[in-house]
Amino acid sequence: MEVGLFIPCYMDALEPEVGISTLKLLERFDVNVTYPFDQTCCGQPMTNTGCHKEAEETEKLFVKNFSSFDYIVMPSGSCTNQVRHHFDAIQQTDEVLHVRKNTYDLVEFLHDILKVASFPWANFSHKVAIHYNCNALRGLRHASMSERREPFFSKPKDLLSKVKGIEFVELERPDECCGFGGTFSIFEEGVSAKMGQDKVMDQHRSGAEYVVSADSSCLMHQKGCAMRMGVDLKYAHIAQILNGDLS
Amino acid sequence: MSDLQQEIQPKGAKIKGNKPVNQLEAANRFIAASAHQQMHDQRLWDLRKKRDAQMHLIPEWEELRDLASDIKSHTLDHLADYLEEFERNAKANGVHVHWAKDAQESNQIIAGILKEHDAKNLVKSKSMLGEECLLRQHLEEEGVTVIETDLGERIQQLDKEDPSHVVVPAVHKSRTDVSKVFVKTLNAEEGNNDVHYLATTQRETTRPYILNADAGMTGANFLVAETGAVVVCTNEGNADLSANTPPLHIVTVGIEKIIPKMEHLAVFIRLLSRSALGSPITQYTSYFSGPRKGGEMHVVLVDNGRSTRLASHKFKAGLKCIRCGACMNTCPVFRRSGGLSYGSVYAGPIGLILSPTYNVHKYRNLPFASTLNGSCTNVCPVKINLHEQIFAWRETLAEEKELSLSKRIIMTSLGKLFAHPKAYRMAVQTGDKLLSYLPHFMVYNQLNTWGRQRDIPTPPKETFHSWYAKNYMKKGKADE
Amino acid sequence: MSSREFILTQIRQSCHTERSEAPTVPFFHQDPANIVDKFKQSLIAMGGQIIETDPQDPYKFVKEKIAQSKIICSVVPEILGNRHLTETTEPKELQDIDYGVLRASFGVAETGSICLTEQDLFINTLGYLPQHLIIFLDPKQIVENLHDAYARSEWKQIHYAALHSGPSATADIEGVLIRGAQGVRSLSVLLIE
Repeated sequence: MEVGLFIPCYMDALEPEVGISTLKLLERFDVNVTYPFDQTCCGQPMTNTGCHKEAEETEKLFVKNFSSFDYIVMPSGSCTNQVRHHFDAIQQTDEVLHVRKNTYDLVEFLHDILKVASFPWANFSHKVAIHYNCNALRGLRHASMSERREPFFSKPKDLLSKVKGIEFVELERPDECCGFGGTFSIFEEGVSAKMGQDKVMDQHRSGAEYVVSADSSCLMHQKGCAMRMGVDLKYAHIAQILNGDLS
Repeated sequence: MSDLQQEIQPKGAKIKGNKPVNQLEAANRFIAASAHQQMHDQRLWDLRKKRDAQMHLIPEWEELRDLASDIKSHTLDHLADYLEEFERNAKANGVHVHWAKDAQESNQIIAGILKEHDAKNLVKSKSMLGEECLLRQHLEEEGVTVIETDLGERIQQLDKEDPSHVVVPAVHKSRTDVSKVFVKTLNAEEGNNDVHYLATTQRETTRPYILNADAGMTGANFLVAETGAVVVCTNEGNADLSANTPPLHIVTVGIEKIIPKMEHLAVFIRLLSRSALGSPITQYTSYFSGPRKGGEMHVVLVDNGRSTRLASHKFKAGLKCIRCGACMNTCPVFRRSGGLSYGSVYAGPIGLILSPTYNVHKYRNLPFASTLNGSCTNVCPVKINLHEQIFAWRETLAEEKELSLSKRIIMTSLGKLFAHPKAYRMAVQTGDKLLSYLPHFMVYNQLNTWGRQRDIPTPPKETFHSWYAKNYMKKGKADE
Repeated sequence: MSSREFILTQIRQSCHTERSEAPTVPFFHQDPANIVDKFKQSLIAMGGQIIETDPQDPYKFVKEKIAQSKIICSVVPEILGNRHLTETTEPKELQDIDYGVLRASFGVAETGSICLTEQDLFINTLGYLPQHLIIFLDPKQIVENLHDAYARSEWKQIHYAALHSGPSATADIEGVLIRGAQGVRSLSVLLIE
């Protein structure tokens, strides 16, 4: 199985350790992982701002980098959502359709494709609150959504339950948006920060030691808020826990 | 609570003619009034929680939403036929039916009916269409006294402020804010901010207006084509009083409010109040299919941009809206910024998609007041794809050259940068340490707002890219 | 062109030419056995009250309730009031009534609603201007849910009817629940044939 690894631009620059955890985690399974060297971004900042034309070349480059793989995997629900649901600026060739269809977020890939049964190398004896990125939750359906009348399920929780030691704590508003929202965090800074602060307080009240998410972008925003507020909470990407890099 | 009672209520967006409304500026002022903001957030979140509880009591909830959505889509596809059917049946019941293509014509028709009956005093229940048409202002200019009879709407009328929410119009005010308004306008006791006292004051001062009114006006939640009936949902009973006490009842309603049959009405009544307030039904669900004994009833069917919206393949789904406000209650941006920050009749997610259809330039910033989180779409009882429409509006704004200059410049540069791996790597690996490590969309603008309330991530020693080159690739290849 | 023609023409340009049938709605019945209990629970949840019946005198508690009041307007034969409505009574003349006593056409278990038609009300404002309402309701006339309710024949026989689900209420100031915003302050139901 040939897997192309995409590392989101912000993760490449700011949280390389999450990329490393992802790569090493994938290598534990029977897959051949390649990191195409010319990758940049998924195009989300432009597309979400309405600038689809400006995203065209970025999308083309992405397809060029990844069309030869069986699966394209990335440790980000948000970027996966962009590729799967919003790669519309370019002509929909067979290559493009192949890329869109076979792009998976790390959680989905482990849960639905590899169907991983255990992470025996990992141990994480902490109280954990899960944070769902909105695109991962409502776009990719990582978990059941609180607004809908549907049976409970949670792919991240399923995976984390296979790690020894974790105790889950529940938030009062389990799937409220944290206010990151990509460019929203910059263009609408006041509202974004307020949402982030409220999220941090909800996490703090839940008794969590760690907040774990499949998206680093939300975490970066929440961590920034928590540090400024002086709230003692740690933030980790799910890849770091599942690979046993944190304990 | 004492903070809340001392804090001054923040006002809404500053409207400057046709200039784009600066929603964020008003939102920031609302957030700065932290006690008001917190009350607002908690009150609306409480409605959302009550809505969820109701949903869990109804096994067929999602089926009802599907039905509601299908009925609305079907009706919009056959709108002209159903409007004609309604007109036919309403007329047969003795109702006068009028058609208005825009706000101005609607206002003229209503003023005309009032003049014909020499009606100088009008009592009115809440109607978003009335707000949309600036009906009250128009009638007051014509010398008609207009009294709002819904408590929240009356508070807003007396405070000369627009409703901040389609269902709970004064949700942004504290009891002290209301008390101050009533002291000034209704001769209420100074310093008495007891909620029962305030509600009673309004009841007692409004009732004489109702008893002596020449005409009553209501909006409509639904029109039933099959029976020619108007359905109005309220909790206070003020619509029934306004419609049944004076001899003249005028209904003003948007053409999209029509549904085909009585069996469809059940679906919407089951969903409406559960979605809006988390109560199984409004206290009063009233059905008017003709004038009362000795009375006269008029229905004004108003277009005001709706037929144009119907022609827009992208944005026509907004016409399915039943004005329950659930999207506002769940919207994390709305709860933080307050309904008046949007500077438009319709606020929150539904406002983001409706407002630009009225004036694309003035409301061009609104579609950006969203994180595209999608919660609104999930709570919508008629399944309007709200967050997808917000997303689509951004594209339309870009196409119509209605993006702000800063957004346009940043996105053009980013688009170029991300398309060229070498240039991109140069930008990441070289230059100022801070700049080099912050994601580009965060620093690629003069605003550089990230660090105002958030710590900037500590830059790592190397990027993933460099680490991979060092550890996984032969020297030389990585530098290609 | 009249505005009517203008609007209809505009709309027809974006309407489907092919006529399709409107969706049909199932009745979603669940528990018809428990209908009266469910009605009581729902009514109480909406702020209404249930008046108990005394086997000796079914109207005992109603009579006790209204005994202290000055003006009672009853349009049911079982209870004698002191305000009589005639064909020429103006709607606003009902403003000083303390208790209105009337019989509802039917009830809805799902929501605790009772349906008052213009015939039940005699004068429509009887449902709103009195301070309190006492409603007689035949338990056999309680339907399970709103689908049943809107399938009833009453709607097509009258010009006005309303589902009352408890008394008038508002929570417009800080979410504090107030009974009796503009309409009645209390609504009590006596289940009796």
